[in-house]
Amino acid sequence: MTGEDVRSALSLTLIGAGIAFFLAGSIGVLRLPDLLSRLHALTKADNLGLGLVVLGLTLQADDAFQVVRLLLVWLLVLFASSVACYLVAHSATHANGEPTPTVGPDNPSMDKRDGR
Amino acid sequence: MSLGLLYGLAGIALVAMGLYAALAARHVLRRLLGLNVLGSGVFMMLVALASRTTEIAGRPDPVPHAMVLTGIVVAVSATALALALLRRMHRHDDSARLPEDRLP
Amino acid sequence: MAAEVHALDFVLVVLLLWLGWRALASADLFKAVVQFIVFGLLVSLAWVRLGAPDVALAEAAIGAGLAGALLLDTLARLGRKGATDEVRPLGLTPARAGIALASLGLVILLVASVLALPESWPGLTAPALQQLGASGVTNPVTATLLNYRGYDTLLEIGVLLLAVLGVWILDAEAALPAAPADPMLSLLLRVLLPLTVAAAGYLLWVGAHAPGGAFQGAALLAAGGVLWHLARPLSLPASRPVRAAVVLGFAVFLGVGVATAVFGGGFLTFPPAYAGAVILLIEAAAMVSIAVIMVALFVGRPAQGTK
Repeated sequence: MTGEDVRSALSLTLIGAGIAFFLAGSIGVLRLPDLLSRLHALTKADNLGLGLVVLGLTLQADDAFQVVRLLLVWLLVLFASSVACYLVAHSATHANGEPTPTVGPDNPSMDKRDGR
Repeated sequence: MSLGLLYGLAGIALVAMGLYAALAARHVLRRLLGLNVLGSGVFMMLVALASRTTEIAGRPDPVPHAMVLTGIVVAVSATALALALLRRMHRHDDSARLPEDRLP
Repeated sequence: MAAEVHALDFVLVVLLLWLGWRALASADLFKAVVQFIVFGLLVSLAWVRLGAPDVALAEAAIGAGLAGALLLDTLARLGRKGATDEVRPLGLTPARAGIALASLGLVILLVASVLALPESWPGLTAPALQQLGASGVTNPVTATLLNYRGYDTLLEIGVLLLAVLGVWILDAEAALPAAPADPMLSLLLRVLLPLTVAAAGYLLWVGAHAPGGAFQGAALLAAGGVLWHLARPLSLPASRPVRAAVVLGFAVFLGVGVATAVFGGGFLTFPPAYAGAVILLIEAAAMVSIAVIMVALFVGRPAQGTK
């Protein structure tokens, strides 16, 4: 087994682990009962998932510039999704002056309006 | 099945559903969503047909790509104007439907 | 760029059609708009699969980002009642049967004509690549936009200009109830705005030889401008510099066209020796204009003591 093989095996393992986190996050969004726990599933899992995918991809990068760009993508998504998560939670908390948001299957006014 | 054919057929399906929604929906915002999906379908057909030159010339046809790029910008500006007109109609008539679609 | 069909393509097409339909048929318009935004992001993945990275860059920023922001903004202004629609907004009724039949007929005609086309086709790729040396750039899409089909792009910027004039002509609308200035949003703006400007400049420059260009750069700048407006509301139409920026792209493009018609080989026919510089000049002016116009389209015409 050459160094190249080890590198691509490691890369694929990392990307696979990252995809597992994406999957967990997606299941969390679909299954968890309310807005805050859904956001929790989404941001935590996606940030770590994307981080692992980016780490896996850097092992396959052709040059240092690609590595820098990949890491920049991760940092920007990390930053933007943290702020977006805060903004969503903030507006949900302050909507209607209710301290605790009850968005989810329990609240028919906010969800399942499609009647699906 | 080639890439061009697959996405070309997908584009046709989008054109059809966009056209149906643009004509059948009553809420103007939904009609605009229909027009946008219709546009995406047309763009997808163009880019899919452009990919047919890859085998002969080595790369997709750049001319439809440029046309679609132009089209995306024009579509969003037309949507913005239409939305502004929708908001004006709503301010004046308190309805987001065209007069003939309103309940008597 | 692999030309053969992968399993990913089938998954992507199924997702596109499903999301496209949900974006139209969801009873809740807010859901429909969100699904439309996700649809736009997936469309830009389709552009990547079809070997059109220039289009993908523009779609991700304009089709998904800016169009989504415009739709959500309008939805918020319509209020709860205005944003309510029927429970089955596209349900098949006798009145809609004709529309459904017409759409189906169109599908049959389009499928028949697409199947009649040859799977391989020389297209305009070869002539576009042959003339590349005289076009001033090495990205054939940029060459098509700014050189071969300069008329299209000039008129496109004209359409944008007309759209923003149309929005400004309408009567002023009251600003949405202003959210208190949010420190996190301001932080996001402070970090992202400089990066947006730098990335837009990079896209403008790199567009000469790689995917990118004025439209993609302008889309990024416009996204930054929308973020700016959300963090600290702008009042665009009032200021003279904004009006100048709005017409800058069209004026420079038209000026170059007239200059080449008077002193050169014809309207928008660039001499090969200067074509690169001329294209960069037009693109820089167009990028500023397109970005400002898109932000202006988003901001609309807020009430300013006129009402």
